[in-house]
Parts: sequence; structure tokens; C-alpha cells
Amino acid sequence: MADVNRGDRPLSPHLQVYRLPLTAVMSILHRITGTAMLVSIALVTWWLLAAASGDEATFKFADGFLSGYIGGFIMLCSLFGLCYHALNGVRHLLWDAGYGFELKSAAASNIVVLLGAVGLTALGWLAWIAI
Amino acid sequence: MSERRMETPMRRVFGLGSASGGTEHWWGQRITSVALIPLSVLFVIPFIGLLGAADLAAVKAHFSQPFHAVIAILFIFTTALHLQQGLQVVIEDYVHSKFWRMFLLLTNTLGVTFLGVLGVFAIAKMAFAG
Repeated sequence: MADVNRGDRPLSPHLQVYRLPLTAVMSILHRITGTAMLVSIALVTWWLLAAASGDEATFKFADGFLSGYIGGFIMLCSLFGLCYHALNGVRHLLWDAGYGFELKSAAASNIVVLLGAVGLTALGWLAWIAI
Repeated sequence: MSERRMETPMRRVFGLGSASGGTEHWWGQRITSVALIPLSVLFVIPFIGLLGAADLAAVKAHFSQPFHAVIAILFIFTTALHLQQGLQVVIEDYVHSKFWRMFLLLTNTLGVTFLGVLGVFAIAKMAFAG
């Protein structure tokens, strides 16, 4: 045992070494979108309070910020977060009920959730621009 | 003894085992998540139409309609519940320091409750007081 090279042995690889499969990335994205929407709901609450204040200038400030470049971008991200979290949430509910757990159907629902979230976000954004 | 079970008859009566529970939080999250599917749709679609496009009077008029006021209150209330439940799980999973875990769990519950009450108050004020 004396000539064992302790500094140069192969180590068992940890989780970070592997490339995450799409299903795993989408799993963590569910938590990220859910957590990030704390900001979204805080901003929407601010907008509601500004309207409830009854003061034109107060409301115009909040409304102007949330429909301007910075606030509008945050709202667009929020819309994507909501669409993604909702669609992926439905998938989680189906998984909880025991459906769609096979690798093949999980791979297929990955695509459905991603395309659905992007599509719904685009739809909502176009509707917002049109109004 | 025809059958041997590692459980007392009481365990079978209540069906929960010695822990007496454990799925309530998980189940609570499922309830709010199911409720939020229609509520989000019904709140967000008119919100897209109002944001940046309506004057104060139009926003007030929208939330003074009973249907939209109730939907908005249910949406804010259920979102606050679901957010508290979700953030709690995230904190429990990733924050290991005893102090910060307790601090964030408290801040989460108190802060999100406060946020929810603010939102409900704002809608109620527009619905009742204009």
C-alpha cells in the first residue's frame, strides 16, 4: 500500500460532470420560473395598488413603467414564465396521476411544453401590441 | 396466526402510519396549482388588454365588475398560497444554514401573505369604493 499514488487516482464523477438531459433542465426551469414570478406578482400588485389609489399620476407611473422597455421586458419574461410554469405544471399533474412517465412520452412532452410556452407567449405579446 | 402484519389495527384505521401525516403540503400544492390553471387564464387575458392601454377610469371600471373582481381576488389569493408553498419547498431544498433557512421561511410566509393581502385590498377597493 506504500506506493499507492494518492494524488493521481481516478475520482468518481459527481453530478455536475454530466450534461443534463433536457428533462432535467426543464425540471430546474420549473423552479426558476416559479421563484422568479415572485417579482412578477409583486409588480402586478404594485400596478393594482396604483390603480386603487385613484391618483392619475401614480397609476400612469406604474402603468407606464410596466408597459415601457424595461418593465415591458420584465412583463414579457413573466408571461413566458407563467406559460411555461402552467404547461409544465399540467405535465407534473399528469405525472403525479401516473401518466406519461415513460422516457419516450417524457421526451415528447418536453417539446410540447417548450413549443406551447413559446407559442402562447408570442400570442400574448402580439395581442398586447395589437391592442 | 394466519397473517402477520408489522402494523397495529389503529394504523389501518387511520391509514397514515406512525408519522400521522406528511402528504398535506404536497397535496395542498396540487390543489392550488389546479385552481390556478383557469384563474391565470381569466386574470391574465384582460390584464394584457389593460396594461399600458387603458386609463385609470377603464381599469377601475374593469375591476368593479363583480365577475372580474372575484376572479382577480381568487387569482391573487391562490397565487399567494401557491407561491408560499413553492418558495417554502425551494428554501427547504437549497438553504442548509439553520439560521438562514428559518429566516427565509419566516420572511416567505409573512412577505407573501402581505403581498397577497395588498393585492386583494387593491381589488376590493376598486370594486367597492371605485
